[in-house]
Amino acid sequence: MTMTSPLVVASANEVRDVTFDRAMEAQIRGILKRYPDPGAALLPVLWLCQDRWGWISPGMMEAVGQRLDLAPAFVEGVVSFYTMYQRRPPGKYLLQVCTTLSCQLCDTSALVDHLKQKLNIDFGETSADGLFTLIDVQCLGACGEAPVIQINSDYHTDLTIQKLDVLLDQLAGQ
Amino acid sequence: MTDPILLRARGLKNSRSLSTYQRLGGYSALEKALSTTPAEVIDEVKASGIRGRGGAGFPAGVKWGFVPRDTVKPKYMICNADESEPGTFKDRELILVDPHMVLEGIAIASYAIGANTAYIYIRGEFVDEAQILAKAIAEARRKKFLGEDILCSGYDLDVHIHRGAGAYICGEETALIESIEGKRGLPRLKPPFPAVVGVFGCPTVVNNVETLACVPHILEHGGAWFAGIGTERSTGPKLFCVSGHVERPGVYEAPMGITFREIIENLCGGMRGGRKLKAFIPGGSSAPVLPADLIDTAADFESVAQAGSMLGSGGLIVMDETVDMVWALENLLVFYAHESCGQCTPCREGSDWAVDIVRRIRSGYGRPGDIETLHRIARFASQGMTICPLGDAFCGPISSFLDHFGHEFEEAISKASSMPAKTLPILPVRSDRELFGR
Repeated sequence: MTMTSPLVVASANEVRDVTFDRAMEAQIRGILKRYPDPGAALLPVLWLCQDRWGWISPGMMEAVGQRLDLAPAFVEGVVSFYTMYQRRPPGKYLLQVCTTLSCQLCDTSALVDHLKQKLNIDFGETSADGLFTLIDVQCLGACGEAPVIQINSDYHTDLTIQKLDVLLDQLAGQ
Repeated sequence: MTDPILLRARGLKNSRSLSTYQRLGGYSALEKALSTTPAEVIDEVKASGIRGRGGAGFPAGVKWGFVPRDTVKPKYMICNADESEPGTFKDRELILVDPHMVLEGIAIASYAIGANTAYIYIRGEFVDEAQILAKAIAEARRKKFLGEDILCSGYDLDVHIHRGAGAYICGEETALIESIEGKRGLPRLKPPFPAVVGVFGCPTVVNNVETLACVPHILEHGGAWFAGIGTERSTGPKLFCVSGHVERPGVYEAPMGITFREIIENLCGGMRGGRKLKAFIPGGSSAPVLPADLIDTAADFESVAQAGSMLGSGGLIVMDETVDMVWALENLLVFYAHESCGQCTPCREGSDWAVDIVRRIRSGYGRPGDIETLHRIARFASQGMTICPLGDAFCGPISSFLDHFGHEFEEAISKASSMPAKTLPILPVRSDRELFGR
């Protein structure tokens, strides 16, 4: 399988105030054409921002709200409802460990213990070198290949501690 | 075993490509459908008896028939690819193996209900799968199976992908509709049903990926052919997703009515490590758990209901004799507490309280009245006390775990003072707890 590429993560300063460049503006116009109501473009436009800057800052919510004619509070309400929108800058690799039953039956907790020890972080934290952020997530819908960890957008399945070590070392060396 | 229908392309080289799909007869059902009237298509699907594969099991043809014919409003078709029910991973498999089968189903269904726009709502985590679908849509447009004037019939259909962003509840059709509209995924009260007032206030049909993948086969071979597969009231082939303690977990296709014993012992190669079966959840985590002695139950909607559970999505979670059932219930409740959208008090509060109680029993701090309290929560949050079925979804596990494995809970409580705590892993309820901890 191909190597997971690192996230491009903008610092909080870089995205305090946000404007959409010409390329993004073209993409937003394309998204708007899919729906009879501009508000429906909110989720895809937020995805566009997260793909570009790695997370969703208050400045982005403001800009998205202005572009789609939505109140900033409404946008924040939506962003906070969906777990995949990151409201603080993550590390370059977002380790999303599935902790639901089928993965747990296949010993996900051993992977979790190992990760926490190896990276010296708890769930919700980023390693000191800024490379890895560890979070627990609910069922990823790949239970037949448990245990599963999603790293950025890639699924890594049938994991063991050994496979995970190799993978993390490769990512860290990248 | 009969030849697979839905997974016929699994293992073929380039199974996702349009040329492979066409070589296997793909898109001929769409051509056939477009040469008949929408009413005839609906009648054929009604005759097949196909029931929704997303979990509820509502007859798909009947659902399509609810869409008003005489309205001036546009109509919308939605393919539900939000697949988030723990233990369920069949829609992902279908998309990975044969995306055009899903697209052809969407096109036929859209034609039947008179929709010119269809959305595929896919869970945000399925990034590769969304790209596969996007590629398939582009291919199908080039060959005029989608887009304007499909196969020179004068019928137009645009299919768009709408990615979710991490919310189990958006698999519920009205929450999904809210999410497409760009809002928080809070389920709506029904009625009005989506077939009358759906997305953007217009008539809308929401069907599961697997349901739609069956549609081309129904049109091609006829409703009677489909109805001849499976049992009398649960017709057709079904995808079973097996996870947990079996030798070969994965997605298997079998006719409705196959027994769980055949699935576990024949298809999956038996229990992992030769251990003994303790319990299984037959239809995704929301389905009540069943004990090992019900393994000869047939996997169809009626038989599973009679056994006290539901076929749901066909997600079979298998647990062997090593599993601590208090721990397993805690894990499931953590899921529901996390995924409750929060608009109905019984579900929002009940799910969190249930986690607390089961966690304390598991940690060795159980109290004598705890089981009765769990029963009370299950009564308080189920059967019409909430807007959507998420209340029932977490109460079913509570009641069934207590009914079949209550002795484990009682034993844990009776040993409470002498038992060392925290022998099993503890995972936090919410990973966004920094938000709640402030």
